[in-house]
Amino acid sequence: MTTAPAGFGRVLDLVTRVRGVRGAMLVAGDDGLVVAEQLMEGIKGPAVAALAASLASRLRRALEAAGVGAGQFWHLQAEQGALLVVTAASGVLVVAVAEPDVNVGLVRLELLRAAEAVG
Amino acid sequence: MTTRAVEPWIFEPLVKFVKEAGARLVLLMTPAGQVLAQHGFSRAVDVMSAAALGAAIMASTDEIARQLRQPPFAGLNHQGERHGIFLAAVPTGRGRLVALVVYDLDASSLGLVQLFFDELAADLQAASPKDSVPKRVLAADFERELSDSLNTLFGR
Repeated sequence: MTTAPAGFGRVLDLVTRVRGVRGAMLVAGDDGLVVAEQLMEGIKGPAVAALAASLASRLRRALEAAGVGAGQFWHLQAEQGALLVVTAASGVLVVAVAEPDVNVGLVRLELLRAAEAVG
Repeated sequence: MTTRAVEPWIFEPLVKFVKEAGARLVLLMTPAGQVLAQHGFSRAVDVMSAAALGAAIMASTDEIARQLRQPPFAGLNHQGERHGIFLAAVPTGRGRLVALVVYDLDASSLGLVQLFFDELAADLQAASPKDSVPKRVLAADFERELSDSLNTLFGR
């Protein structure tokens, strides 16, 4: 597993300690670059970061267009896993890559805690 | 938006990159500023200016790297309020090329451009003719070469 800088490492630990989470990242929402990551081997961090930020930007605009306010949490379920994302107040995305049968509620809770810690 | 290439092997990788990275304008040129392909430009004069400026920036950063006694920088990004500019070199079988990418911050991001730029570099490396010697353009021929390239890129 890749390691994150100390301060961010503790934040990411909140997420990666959940059973079934294969990795967590902090991603700059504006430019889609990785700020910190703790990922298992085989997960392409920069690619996930860039594409998740792009998706987050489009979702934000869709939600604004629909007049429902800012998005807080999104969850994409795929055949072999899931992508779960929370946006921190600063615009940083807290991203989790998880197994398909992960406890989504628990991951969401930890992502929200991590986002609060990031600020 | 049109994509044109002076050399056909560049066309497909460039079209794919533009689509995936959401780039607004792209120039592929030699380090001397000779344009090999472009996307999104509508006037030859804009291509000439962008190529000259891009080549000059690359030459400057290469020289800074040389003075710092390190290999050339991998890439350069400038971000404005609405647009970003990404400039980087691509090694190919036809020698080192320079890519200048302009992207809208609404439609793309540095992360996306970097991600798909790596794929562009790999695709160009794979598609480029391996057995040919890079063509050297002499200063005396530069204007004619530039004119020929622009004629091809703008279908004159």
